[in-house]
Amino acid sequence: MIESIDHNSSQLNASGQLKHFLTTEDLSATLLNEILDTANSFLDMSSQQVKKVPLLRGKTVVNLFFEPSTRTSSTFELAAKRLSADVLNLNISSSSTSKGESLKDTLMTLEAMHADMFVVRHPDSGAAHFIANQVTPNIAVINAGDGRHAHPTQAMLDMLTIKRCKGGFSGLVVAIVGDILHSRVARSQIHALRTLGVAEIRVIAPKTLIPKDIESMGVKVYTDMQQGIKDCDVVGMLRLQKERMNSALLPSESEFFKLYGLDSEKLKLAKPDAIVMHPGPINRGVEIESAVADGPQSTILQQVTNGIAVRMAVMSMAISGQLNSSVQRQYQ
Amino acid sequence: MIKITNGRLIDPANDLDTITDLYLDLGVVTAIGAQPAEFDDTTATTIDASGKIVCPGLIDLSVHLREPGYTHKASIASETKAAASAGITTVVCPPTTKPVIDSTAVAELIQDRANACGKAKVLPVGALSLDLQGEKLAPMSALANSGCIAFSNARATIGNSQALLRCLEYAATHDFLVIFNPQDNSLVANGVLHEGSTSTNMGLTGIPEAAETIEVARSLILIEQSGVRAHFGQLSCERSISMITQARSKGLPVTADVAIAHFFFTDENAKGFNSMFHLQPPLRSQLDRAGLLNALVTGEIQAICSDHQPHEEAAKHAPFAATEAGISGLETLLPLGLQLVEQGLIDLPQLIEKLTCAPAKILNIAAGSLAVGDSADITIFDQNHRWLLEHDSLVSAGKNTPLIGSELTGRVTHTLLAGHLVYSL
Repeated sequence: MIESIDHNSSQLNASGQLKHFLTTEDLSATLLNEILDTANSFLDMSSQQVKKVPLLRGKTVVNLFFEPSTRTSSTFELAAKRLSADVLNLNISSSSTSKGESLKDTLMTLEAMHADMFVVRHPDSGAAHFIANQVTPNIAVINAGDGRHAHPTQAMLDMLTIKRCKGGFSGLVVAIVGDILHSRVARSQIHALRTLGVAEIRVIAPKTLIPKDIESMGVKVYTDMQQGIKDCDVVGMLRLQKERMNSALLPSESEFFKLYGLDSEKLKLAKPDAIVMHPGPINRGVEIESAVADGPQSTILQQVTNGIAVRMAVMSMAISGQLNSSVQRQYQ
Repeated sequence: MIKITNGRLIDPANDLDTITDLYLDLGVVTAIGAQPAEFDDTTATTIDASGKIVCPGLIDLSVHLREPGYTHKASIASETKAAASAGITTVVCPPTTKPVIDSTAVAELIQDRANACGKAKVLPVGALSLDLQGEKLAPMSALANSGCIAFSNARATIGNSQALLRCLEYAATHDFLVIFNPQDNSLVANGVLHEGSTSTNMGLTGIPEAAETIEVARSLILIEQSGVRAHFGQLSCERSISMITQARSKGLPVTADVAIAHFFFTDENAKGFNSMFHLQPPLRSQLDRAGLLNALVTGEIQAICSDHQPHEEAAKHAPFAATEAGISGLETLLPLGLQLVEQGLIDLPQLIEKLTCAPAKILNIAAGSLAVGDSADITIFDQNHRWLLEHDSLVSAGKNTPLIGSELTGRVTHTLLAGHLVYSL
């Protein structure tokens, strides 16, 4: 009895619909494909004259960023506005927490403003789960990145990019290159890629940037980039934080670029039609060569466009999942 | 005068396991079995222990009382009361109070407060180095005269091997016991969970097994060199136990204990970011847990403790890495121990030995035994009593246990400290 205790917070309602979006782990292929299909339909819409739909009209979305971010925060804002929501952007990293206000107190204050959705970025792994457990029912929580744990909307926009470029997932060989240890993007990508059924996932990095037992997540580890990138369909590069040089993880940026940076020569080892992804912002000459980043195989800008559509998809799905679960609660 | 009748007396120190009566007077055991002539039935209190177990009061080798310094978490009064309700009559208190136990004033303050409360005997562990800084020796002899039972630098491991060796040599000079909580803090860094597939998947900074084993290895070498009496407290890795066992087989008189939660939980319990499973040392892998259980069976682990670390609610109410480590464990020590018996790993007398005379032997104190003339520190419990552990029924000020809401089996009905009834259900 005692050993079976499990306090996992669920991101699904009783009907299996998304009510929060915290992680790509343990979600079904059906649900992941539903996100991709919904995003696809928003993508068609964003090229039209009128870009707004009223799906979140009258709803208040709070962008709650405990860690600085321009790209993710602005694409979430744009996504919410295209769904006709009211948006409040809060950058808390410098204000409340430094005054000693606890995360819980911040949440209570914000709940009093009657928000319908929190989009949360936080430096601690598990912060989005914690917040989802804390908020009153019927507030949706979207994880915009928590520590090293998960960045599910980034992973899903990458999946959308792969699907649109490659037509699907079966048979694909995907390599993820760079700072796997600190990357929430890599973890969320790995879960999604496995569920969507790619043939092989490789992670490529020096041992100092590979977390222990990562093989248990269903990936093959390569410390040699030439071998790892060979015959890949998709190359996902990760951003390298400069502070890694100061913590005895890498000797220098130039050595990293030489061994693990993606340049035209190394890219030739991948399949000729391989695509190159990067979550941005890119460090030219550190993890990727400019010629590759701006080259024909790069999908970096496409990823940004796809990001808005994916965020619109999960926001609208979570709001409707919340609505359905509050109906379910009323019937009980 | 107190008479405890018809209980099953299990007293491993004296190799006793029998249904009998126990007679107490003036704080000590005066007779077992036949009523002594001078025992006056008319004024005596009788405790009917039919169907229950009567054993020496439990001795817990690691109980953080939080006083002085952290009374927003718990106090000597609240935690000794919780100990009494859990059948624990002697608690060993680590030096990590604020200020730390590196002066006779703090050591005496803790014991004076405990004595005033009268719920459990508190044995402070003195700091091995001043302020646990690992630079200067703590006044060990004075601290021992003020009641410190052993010395330890807790998890503030002394990195400078020369300084550590000198601390150990000084302790050995006086034949003091040194308790090690082995942990290489440069390998722990800001880790919060056992380094392995679970920490990797959850994106939590891992604490490698080597953080413990490297320190066990270094300590063993310095223990041998200094000749100090040594005990390893709250080990988490199978490999630590095997290193210690190997050292013991070569004649080094070292002992070890494990905190009971490590027999039941692993790193995988933290999935879902439940901060109640944020412990220090961290819950380790399934293999480690299996290894610890095996070592319990073979006797390589001499004692079991609660490693009780009560916290205020807010300390556990944050994202996993931002929470404080530790479990409120006093009140689940015996019920969980009984589960080990239920699982057939050890028998009931063996469990009681690991909770009474074994820790007494490690500490070299006169306790954990109920022979005639011994102090009447006695625990009486109903082995089959099923009860629900609830937030509000926890006596400890720390409600931080993952077991709230669980049904437990086995409950203390009476606790006596030096012949005084300090708890009854």
